[in-house]
Amino acid sequence: MSNNGKFEPRIVAFLCNWCTYTAADTAGVSRMKQPPNVDIIRVMCTGRIDPVFVLKAFAEGADGVIISGCHPPGDCHYTNGNYKTFRRMPLVEMLLQQYGIEPGRFHWGWISGAEAPKWAELTREFTEQVRKLGPLNWKKQFASKED
Amino acid sequence: MPGNGKLKLGLYWAASCGGCEIAVVELREKLLIVDQVADIVFWPCATDFKYKDVEAYPDGYMDVCLFNGAIRTSENEHLAHLLRKKSKVLVAFGSCAYEGCIPGLANLFDRESIFRRVYLESESADNPNKVVPQTAYHMPEGEIEIPKFYNTVKTLGQVTDVDYFLPGCPPQDPQIWAVIEAIVSGNLPPKGSVVGANEKTVCDECKHVREEKKIKKFYRYHEIIADSTRCLFDQGIICAGPATRGGCGALCTKVDIPCRGCYGPPPNVVDQGASLLAAVASVVDADTEEEARRIVSEIPDPIGTFYRFSLPASLLHRARR
Ligand code: FES
Repeated sequence: MSNNGKFEPRIVAFLCNWCTYTAADTAGVSRMKQPPNVDIIRVMCTGRIDPVFVLKAFAEGADGVIISGCHPPGDCHYTNGNYKTFRRMPLVEMLLQQYGIEPGRFHWGWISGAEAPKWAELTREFTEQVRKLGPLNWKKQFASKED
Repeated sequence: MPGNGKLKLGLYWAASCGGCEIAVVELREKLLIVDQVADIVFWPCATDFKYKDVEAYPDGYMDVCLFNGAIRTSENEHLAHLLRKKSKVLVAFGSCAYEGCIPGLANLFDRESIFRRVYLESESADNPNKVVPQTAYHMPEGEIEIPKFYNTVKTLGQVTDVDYFLPGCPPQDPQIWAVIEAIVSGNLPPKGSVVGANEKTVCDECKHVREEKKIKKFYRYHEIIADSTRCLFDQGIICAGPATRGGCGALCTKVDIPCRGCYGPPPNVVDQGASLLAAVASVVDADTEEEARRIVSEIPDPIGTFYRFSLPASLLHRARR
């Protein structure tokens, strides 16, 4: 996304239907201030978020990725989907770091349906953080013509 | 099939270790059968054809070309295009051509850092004039050229159109033979198929007994003596079996060595490393984020572990430059 040549980060957020998506919905309905940079993909539970989703988002042009769902231990509507998430994502962080993707481009955590202001704040802060890091432009890394 | 009715067969090696050539030789007495049904018209490892001979062949002259090795240099890429043109059927033979394999782990670096390490910094380097390879060099006699070393290792399928993919590091000889038989009989699957392998995972071929996995600590292979009846993954040894296509006969786990993933992803898996990562995460026995972090932080070299054979073919292809 570019605005008069100025870099506008493109951020993909995978949110679980029951907690963070609800928060995002409330934030929108309540007209809380949020940047237009975050594209939300709703999934039923963070446990559905295969690590490959994160890699694919970056590979296809995302500058940042957010994952957010229900607070552990007990909030997940499928009992332990968020356990799957906190077991997976530390490994995903390690992987991204080795790929050379800055930690600041990936956020995962928990926001309940009652925490709409927290979601709005996250979108603002994360967007600014990614803006500072600059474009990732992963496709260029693998241009077909070799120098 | 023209002329004597024999198949015209070519074999080539690009960026590879030579193991795929050995795998062909491992056909042993069956090589005599190959000789009966096929004329070998190009095989740099074993015969004396030159590139110019191949260039002189009409397009589509070879019935089948088995191409092993990844695309590391401009020479590899040139031959990939040339052999594509001269072959009716081009097979990415072995893990390097199929998905980049061990040479592909160099995608964690780039040309400059590899040259620096190899020619300037390595303990055995004796290079006072700090010479690193140049693609062209002027001598009194004229200019000589060597191929360009690329920044990124690619798979054969990333530079040209490939008809079949034959996985393995190296492919197992019964599987090679099955593919050759299929070629000779014209009994080939649809273009783009993975051949010489199974539709299920290595776990399906593995004899070790699986139970519920709950891992508090992962071990590297040399840190533990594995119980040879129980699933290696159950014992905390990262085994790529659940994220790897079968077809090898689970050779490694047979001798208690964990699967490293050389047959590539099973059908419908986009990214082998992400799939193995998910499998590893699923066995972590942690009830808090902190504990999960502690357990997985002991896994060294995640890319080397999860993408040992498939980094160039993965979604991200390489580390950031
Ligand atoms: S339903 Fe929200 S994390 Fe499972």
